[in-house]
Amino acid sequence: MKTPVSKLVRGLATVLFLSAGAALAQTSILNVSYDVSRELYKDLNPVFASQWKARTGQELSVNQSHGGSSKQALSVAAGLEADVITMNQAPDIDILVERGGLVAADWRKKFPHNATPYTTTSVFLVRKGNPKKIKDWDDLAKPGIGVIVPNPKTSGNGRYTYLAAWGYALEKTGSEAGARDFAQRLFANVPVLDGGGRGATTTFTQRDMGDVLVTFENEAILIARELGGNKFDIVYPSVSIDASAPVAVVKKVADKRKTTQVAEAYLNFLFSPEGQEIIANHYFRPRDPAVLKKHVTRFPAIRTFTVEQKLGGWDAVQKHHFADGAIYDQIVLGKR
Amino acid sequence: MAGATTMNPGSAGSRGLTRFEAKAATRESPLVKWTILGVSLSFFAIFLLMPLIAVFVEALRKGWETYLTALTDPDALSAVKLTLLAAVIAVPLNLVFGVSAAWAIAKFEFRGKHFLITLIDLPFSVSPVIAGLIYVLVFGAQGWLGPWLAEHDLKVIFAVPGIVLATVFVTFPFVARELIPLMEAQGREEEEAAVVLGAHGFQVFWHVTLPNIKWGLLYGVILTNARAMGEFGAVSVVSGHIRGHTNTLPLHVEILYNEYQFAAAFAVASLLALLALVTLVIKSWVEHRAAQAYKVTEDAS
Repeated sequence: MKTPVSKLVRGLATVLFLSAGAALAQTSILNVSYDVSRELYKDLNPVFASQWKARTGQELSVNQSHGGSSKQALSVAAGLEADVITMNQAPDIDILVERGGLVAADWRKKFPHNATPYTTTSVFLVRKGNPKKIKDWDDLAKPGIGVIVPNPKTSGNGRYTYLAAWGYALEKTGSEAGARDFAQRLFANVPVLDGGGRGATTTFTQRDMGDVLVTFENEAILIARELGGNKFDIVYPSVSIDASAPVAVVKKVADKRKTTQVAEAYLNFLFSPEGQEIIANHYFRPRDPAVLKKHVTRFPAIRTFTVEQKLGGWDAVQKHHFADGAIYDQIVLGKR
Repeated sequence: MAGATTMNPGSAGSRGLTRFEAKAATRESPLVKWTILGVSLSFFAIFLLMPLIAVFVEALRKGWETYLTALTDPDALSAVKLTLLAAVIAVPLNLVFGVSAAWAIAKFEFRGKHFLITLIDLPFSVSPVIAGLIYVLVFGAQGWLGPWLAEHDLKVIFAVPGIVLATVFVTFPFVARELIPLMEAQGREEEEAAVVLGAHGFQVFWHVTLPNIKWGLLYGVILTNARAMGEFGAVSVVSGHIRGHTNTLPLHVEILYNEYQFAAAFAVASLLALLALVTLVIKSWVEHRAAQAYKVTEDAS
């Protein structure tokens, strides 16, 4: 009896040791990101790794983890060792400043454009030929329309949708009460709230639920042109929200793992012409004017507003709309 | 829950069944018999067989080459490795625990015995997601032990130990649940006889108890292993979803599916399905052997 057991223990120890050894042999960084940026970083990572190798001679592997953005931010706060985070809304980085000081408070100043390498916006994806004639936000609040959005509580994607609809109604009705009524009617049309953007997409495309999916432009184009099998059309509303995607080094983790230098270089790469080109190829609107000009046909003109311009900034939005018991909770509870 | 099944070797005997059929009073009309059979078979076909076939059809939709590429992808291989590692640790741990718990409960009287039985069942009654969250609350950076772990540079959640812990938790009751009724039914007489004949503790266990429970034990191990490899909820919460590092097979299936790599997702899913089929075959074999062993002892007495 003794020999097989000790053999097993020794075998196990070897396996553990080997896997630990393999992890130490090369530098690695972990990029924790939101749900619909999967394809982008899958493309970007190897290009950066080969650049890094050419520059420093160091083998680098960039690992990625994706999910609803707020859920991902909470995982990082709970100890998921991300060297960099690439999110789609500022609050998901701010929360890491508040919780345990994982990110430097002045993270917006570390990179150009308030540390946002690209923007996108919320648009509609409808079934081919637009059978329900969905043209603008108004149509989403009509009775009998099924609207698919990810959960605004766990996903930046859903949050932007909510805020875009709010901004539209604020313009149209001129009052907060009007906006609230509109948002309430719109969310009454939402049959299911997925945790992240990609979950909402599969609900709409694979499970055939709803008449319209509201999601980021890049995701909508990706589905309409590449993955959806020519079964969907994109509709641009009259106005939408500017969704700038912020990035930051998770200072506390990078300091501990001694990866600050490579983490910063990785994020700077996103702003370089080469990085911007890859970003544009994945249908995100690049910051670099030259790259944007080159791909301008991909990105139809759409009037957008920022959270700062129309809604008083993220802190106000957080307190006013998304805190426990705030307007969003009241709206969703009112639905039942 | 799947694990709540208990093996019953006695029912395998067919002598009772023929007598049941032969008596007019207990015989059902052919119509009733065939209706019941038809209902259960169509249920089986729609809810079990069809999805199983669908998995393999979808997996092979784009040909063998895509299928093999999906399975030999480095991320898939690392998911296989991690899944096996979690099972290799969870199964022996729960084997030892299950045998000692069942032994204690079946052979001894002590205070809090019922409380212990209830505790063993806890992983069945708690949602696996809650189980995962418990570990995040305890071992997370802001959890009870988080700061201490960080100080000593130990990683539990969002790393391999967390996945193993979650797996151990959800597979905890299988062996014990399987053995407790078996050992209770067998009673203490044989062990007492062994002691009277001069055997000491370990000899009693090795030569008397273990041979008596071996088929039940094996059955429990098979169930534990199947659940350990298939667990999704609890592992999903503590994994962190770092592909190539903290993804188990079920999590890898989810990632592939979310990336529109349907053929690859189903290819990996087919691996899990194959595992389930193999488990079933071994399970029936064990049941068969156990029934035989039971018959032999019955005939002998």
